[in-house]
Amino acid sequence: MYFAEKILEESRELNQKWEDEVRRTVSSFPEQKARWSTVSDLEIRRLYTPEDIKDMDYARDIGVPGEYPFLRGNQSTGYRGRYWTFRMFSGMGSARDTNERWRMLLRQGQTGLSTAFDFPTLMGYDSDSPKARGEVGRCGVAIDTLEDFLALMEGIPMDKVTTSMTINPPATALWAMYCAAAELKGVPLGKIGGTIQNDMLKEFIAQKTFMCPPEPSVKLISDTVEFGTKHVPKWNPISISGYHIREAGSTAVQELAFTLRDGIEYVEDVIRRKGLSVDDFAPRLSFFFNSHIDFFEEICKMRAARRLWAKVMKDRFKAQNPRSMWMRFHTQTAGCSLTAQQPYNNIVRTAVEALAAVLGGTQSLHTNSLDEVLCLPSDHAVEIALRTQQIIAEETGVANTIDPLAGSYFVEALTNEMEEKAWEYIHKIDDMGGMIAAIEKGFPQLEIADAAYNFQKQIDSCEKTMVGVNKYITSEAQAIPMLEIDDKVEMEQISRLKAVRRKRDGKAHKKSMDDIRQACRKGKNVMPYCIEAVKNLASVQEICDVYREVYGEYRDPGLY
Amino acid sequence: MEDKKIRVMVAKPGLDGHDRGARVLARCFRDAGFEVIYTGCHQTPEQIVAAAIQEDVDLVGLSCLSGAHRYLFPRVVELLKQHGADDITVIGGGIIPDQDFQMLYDAGLKAIFTPGASLDSIVEWVKTNVKPMP
Repeated sequence: MYFAEKILEESRELNQKWEDEVRRTVSSFPEQKARWSTVSDLEIRRLYTPEDIKDMDYARDIGVPGEYPFLRGNQSTGYRGRYWTFRMFSGMGSARDTNERWRMLLRQGQTGLSTAFDFPTLMGYDSDSPKARGEVGRCGVAIDTLEDFLALMEGIPMDKVTTSMTINPPATALWAMYCAAAELKGVPLGKIGGTIQNDMLKEFIAQKTFMCPPEPSVKLISDTVEFGTKHVPKWNPISISGYHIREAGSTAVQELAFTLRDGIEYVEDVIRRKGLSVDDFAPRLSFFFNSHIDFFEEICKMRAARRLWAKVMKDRFKAQNPRSMWMRFHTQTAGCSLTAQQPYNNIVRTAVEALAAVLGGTQSLHTNSLDEVLCLPSDHAVEIALRTQQIIAEETGVANTIDPLAGSYFVEALTNEMEEKAWEYIHKIDDMGGMIAAIEKGFPQLEIADAAYNFQKQIDSCEKTMVGVNKYITSEAQAIPMLEIDDKVEMEQISRLKAVRRKRDGKAHKKSMDDIRQACRKGKNVMPYCIEAVKNLASVQEICDVYREVYGEYRDPGLY
Repeated sequence: MEDKKIRVMVAKPGLDGHDRGARVLARCFRDAGFEVIYTGCHQTPEQIVAAAIQEDVDLVGLSCLSGAHRYLFPRVVELLKQHGADDITVIGGGIIPDQDFQMLYDAGLKAIFTPGASLDSIVEWVKTNVKPMP
């Protein structure tokens, strides 16, 4: 029992009086809206009191930081030991262009790198593929071969800085390049740290960067988990991501539930396929959430996520190591909450969202730049976004104490409610036979489509507000400086790739491609073969074409 | 005689998978009483044009958020023309900078809708500017 009976009695008595008063007030001064809800349309009550959390058990449900159920954080000292990692997602144009941006960010106090690749790279096509026309270097950096990768890492201390790479279907190829680059620089694999996103289930559900069907896609992921466990122990081989689920229009609860259910699917696959025990690899699983504009909903989602994952690991997978129960996550503020109209307002939105992520206990954070709704961020806009994190960390005092909102009637009640609703989804997907089966039925895709459509209608009807879009509209446009990617990037990248193809050892290259093909056919771990292949200057597409050939291609069912 | 319905194809050319807008719009067109075909992500201009002709649509709505619209949108219009199907109206949407509007209109797109455009305004535009082909 969370409260003594006496407190609950007092609370009920006071509530009674207050409710009477509210009834009188509302009859003469009606509230502004009949229904108050979060951005995800979760209904929120007028007031929360001890009554709302009376069934909680302090030790069992809340506890202390660094202890099960990790509601209050994984680390016993919270941010007092170390702030979250300031990790700005960036990449544009050529490897050289991105390397320059990275060095600028490191000089300004960024503490980790995060790579945005262009669409051809993300989809496993080389810059000279007909499918890449018009896309090279536009939304991120173009990487075709190890030569590009070495240019990307030029002057970056790979034994000190950790690097996150947002890469999914071609993750094995790009991670192989990272490993090969480290070896060439004399840094042992045991010393490199970072993350590959490598979460394919959310691609089928939301982001739609897919290549092969779900089953072999998950196989390749399990290969990386196994390889990392054995050879690259400081690497996070997967970042199980809710970010894109949310950007596709899900509710916060759907983001929470689908992400964790994806995590369950990966854990089951590694155990079944690779025969590893859960504590061998679970400590290296990482997560990635969105921080949207609804402040408390986000904080509660992140708190609920930690407790939920701890329970999943302990009860469902019988993990023993507390580190297996840690949900370590990166957060990015919500791109979809930003507006092209009055773009400077985006600085404020991002600050609020970043604060929510910090109060939710994130381990790593990307803050969006004010111009990201229009183009890739300019240097100036990125600097403001990075400074936003530094101000939150070092000026506002929110890092002084751990999980400062714990014990709030509202925060604990909403945390509980979101956890319960997420469990309902998780059990429903269990009943369907797991996430791959649910995806094949179109279940998560259509749940998200419903939520996205509902939200858009609420915006169109002004039931929900977006400042500058459906309220407080100004007619004059606010012009902001925009980063443009030169059309020349594409031509230059293509000629670099052609030069690499001309100079590489054709025989060694062909042998390593055959080796990957054999590994795929025999169900062997592809990672060692990929590392060998990229050293022989195999391109991203060449490796991915082998996967397409052996495993087949997935086509978007086009659900809406 | 019953009015013939407007046939609309929503398509995402190129490699980007940001299909939230396309899917919301497809559903909104359906609710507005149009016949809707959504082809899914990662379509080449050639695939889109082939589908548009085969499905005999009145309108193609293209969505692109990757910056590749400068190549992809005009290419769709050009291919429709090559196939003698330039009676199909083409509109576009997504992250399209203001300075690209003119080149897209010059290429033959009839309207561009960017973030903040309401669903009603898009439906209204279609009802006003697109008539079902006999």
